[in-house]
Amino acid sequence: MHGTRILDEADRLMTVCNSCRYCEGLCAVFPAMEMRRAFSDGDLNYLANLCHGCGACYVDCQFSPPHEFNVNVPKTLAVARAESYAAYAWPQALSGAFARNGLVISMIAALSMAAFILGFAALKDRSVLFGVHTGPGAFYKLMPHNTMAALFSAAFLYAILALVMSVRAFWRDIGAPIGGRADGGSIFQAIRDAGELRYLHGGGVGCYNEDDKPTDRRKFYHHLTFYGFLLCFAATSVATLYHYLLGREAPYPWWDLPVVLGTLGGIGLIVGPIGLFTAKMRRDPALLDEHSYGMDVGFIAMLFLTGLTGMLLLVLRETAAMGPLLALHLGAVFALFISMPYGKFVHGIYRFTALVRYAQERRTAA
Amino acid sequence: MVELVEHAADGQKVSNLGRHRADGMSSKYDVLVIGGGNAALCAAISARRGGASVLVLEGAPKFYRGGNTRHTRNMRCAHDAATEILTGPYTEEEFWEDLLRVTGGQTDEVLARHMIRESKDILNWIVEQGVRWQPSLGGTLSLGRTNSFFLGGGRAMLNALYLTAERLGVEVEYDAEVTDLVIEDGMFLAARLKRPIKGESEIRATSLVAAAGGFEANIEWLKQYWGEAADNFLIRGTPYNRGSILKMLLDKGVQEVGDPTQCHAVAIDARAPKFDGGIIARHDSVVFGIVVNKHAQRFYDEGEDIWPKRYAIWGRLVAAQPDQIAYIIFDSTVVTSFMPTLFPPIAGQTIAELAGKLELDRVALEKTVTEFNAAVRPGTFDHTILDDCVTEGITPPKTHWARRIETPPYLAYPVRPGITFTYLGTRVNKEARMLMKDGKPSGNMFAAGEIMAGNVLGKGYAAGMGMTIGSVFGRIAGREAAKHARN
Repeated sequence: MHGTRILDEADRLMTVCNSCRYCEGLCAVFPAMEMRRAFSDGDLNYLANLCHGCGACYVDCQFSPPHEFNVNVPKTLAVARAESYAAYAWPQALSGAFARNGLVISMIAALSMAAFILGFAALKDRSVLFGVHTGPGAFYKLMPHNTMAALFSAAFLYAILALVMSVRAFWRDIGAPIGGRADGGSIFQAIRDAGELRYLHGGGVGCYNEDDKPTDRRKFYHHLTFYGFLLCFAATSVATLYHYLLGREAPYPWWDLPVVLGTLGGIGLIVGPIGLFTAKMRRDPALLDEHSYGMDVGFIAMLFLTGLTGMLLLVLRETAAMGPLLALHLGAVFALFISMPYGKFVHGIYRFTALVRYAQERRTAA
Repeated sequence: MVELVEHAADGQKVSNLGRHRADGMSSKYDVLVIGGGNAALCAAISARRGGASVLVLEGAPKFYRGGNTRHTRNMRCAHDAATEILTGPYTEEEFWEDLLRVTGGQTDEVLARHMIRESKDILNWIVEQGVRWQPSLGGTLSLGRTNSFFLGGGRAMLNALYLTAERLGVEVEYDAEVTDLVIEDGMFLAARLKRPIKGESEIRATSLVAAAGGFEANIEWLKQYWGEAADNFLIRGTPYNRGSILKMLLDKGVQEVGDPTQCHAVAIDARAPKFDGGIIARHDSVVFGIVVNKHAQRFYDEGEDIWPKRYAIWGRLVAAQPDQIAYIIFDSTVVTSFMPTLFPPIAGQTIAELAGKLELDRVALEKTVTEFNAAVRPGTFDHTILDDCVTEGITPPKTHWARRIETPPYLAYPVRPGITFTYLGTRVNKEARMLMKDGKPSGNMFAAGEIMAGNVLGKGYAAGMGMTIGSVFGRIAGREAAKHARN
């Protein structure tokens, strides 16, 4: 017996699957399962995070519902995955909040932060807020750069700390021998597997989402979102270097590196989340973990808002709308940062960690 | 009928050569395929590619479509060289020798050799129909050279075939129970059909392909040959394999082939469901222990031959025991020597305790185990070869892999006969054309898959042969049925 009902169910399914093994060519979950004959909580959380939710094993399974064996691996592992985020969250007191109310909390956080920035600016000088500002340092009329940097660095560093603590707990639970270290080769393999979403592919046939046809495009939209996010992150990093090393202040001209990176990333962060959200709405209810709907949509919404407000800011930065848009954009980014350790963002971190473990197991077994 | 007429209208758009039309109360197709598994879909695709309009009638609901194909995982095809997924060549001659050995010569050589020759091209043809291969599954290394495994298993294979068939314009009806066949002078005229909502109707077609499987799920029919023992059989596939089409054909003048008591049967866990437990209730542990019946007596040499070769005899062996039940008894030292099982073993700290849990006579089981242990001679255990671990002085002997059962906890799996499919079928020729009782080939009736497996398999079985028979004869039947419809 395990700690939770969903882990009991995951254990039952892995016992069924381990006596069948037809799906072992589809992804990493089943080969990892075959290396075990019994499953601890950590093992099941590892398998749950290794699962990319491609749906192929459900469509291919002769024992999926309505069969009496009732084998539904994608859904069971999706629920177990969401529960594992809460189980490893740091500090534990915050573990449940985002899973239950992700969308609402993210929206409130984004809007509160935007209101705070607006209020901050309005208190200082009401004319600044709706004024037209151009040229270097225009953004910082609203809020001084150092205040902005301090606020967001604090939020970002807190997110990193919370994530590190969470992943540490996860790795301890899934890593054998206890506390074992990841080697460079396994990390490199995991970067490749995660970077190309190797296991969101149904073993080569494709993924399933709304029905039994492998027509799913989530992989494409996930690439847009993920690489869009990375490009935006790169844009911010380059701009920070410009600011401190070269003494060049934002905003930058459209052809400059931070803007080019940010624009490309922004497009990804608009189109990608729309595609992912649409796919989620269409997903076969049999495969969907409806309880983490709020968390999933909250994350998608924050990414979309970040991309959208960023792009609007770029287009309208020389108009009176710049002040409110900047406040909204910063609010969205702030909400994204603080929700990172307790929202859907962690799926990438845990899945990557699971892929490192899998690469390690494969190397050990080989 | 309204719906079928609409389908027919759709079909006409995509049908070029087919003379597909809707004429009021009945539709006429070039080729009617009855059944929905590998053989049926290969026939449907092949007929459609041959230019025919095709209707597939699957008696099961959509989820259970495909009969035993749902539970398969590989196919045995001859090939002259290693491929990406096959570790070495498997020549036509070697395939033939394997077939000869497992059937004890009870096969139709002309038909079997024809099938083996055709199987070579199936490896590629089936991929062209959307099916994907993968290397042999964990725990099946002994098949890595001879058998090609389906990526995702048999249901994935079926899904691919259905997608292809539908894309080509083959029409498929589920829950479509055929209640009668109209056959005159060896010519198929029409099928009468009953569906839950749409009611009764009649479908006419120029050619018929019967690919509706055996009768393994028809316990009453099994009882004709097995008596009351059949009540204790577990059926590994769906409850829809009732053999109703086979019965109609045999009743209407088609020549039968095969011994009605012959079937593919393995020992599966007695706790498995009555139907559709599939492959996962099987047990690979026989060679690691002893097998006793309800009187706690051994009844067959558990170490006769390398396991995969003897896998398929244990169903019949258990069927011959009282109440059709047996128990695989082993100890804790071998528990990781075989694949993990769906149902956990029943455990006892002593043989007596284990006997109590199995409701066997304690004294008898203790005596059997003690006598067996005393008969075990020293040897070097190696389950991958015919090793020298043998018993002496007991009947039956255990001629390989005999080791004492002496380390508690003692463990047991209860097993019953699990029937996979039956061999009684319709006689066919190389064109997959059914032969009538007078020996004449039917004008327009073809058969493929388990419904005609008995032509090739008189008895015995080698892994993956069922799918070979289905794909090869399905493809031929579809081609020939379309050719007949064209002429």
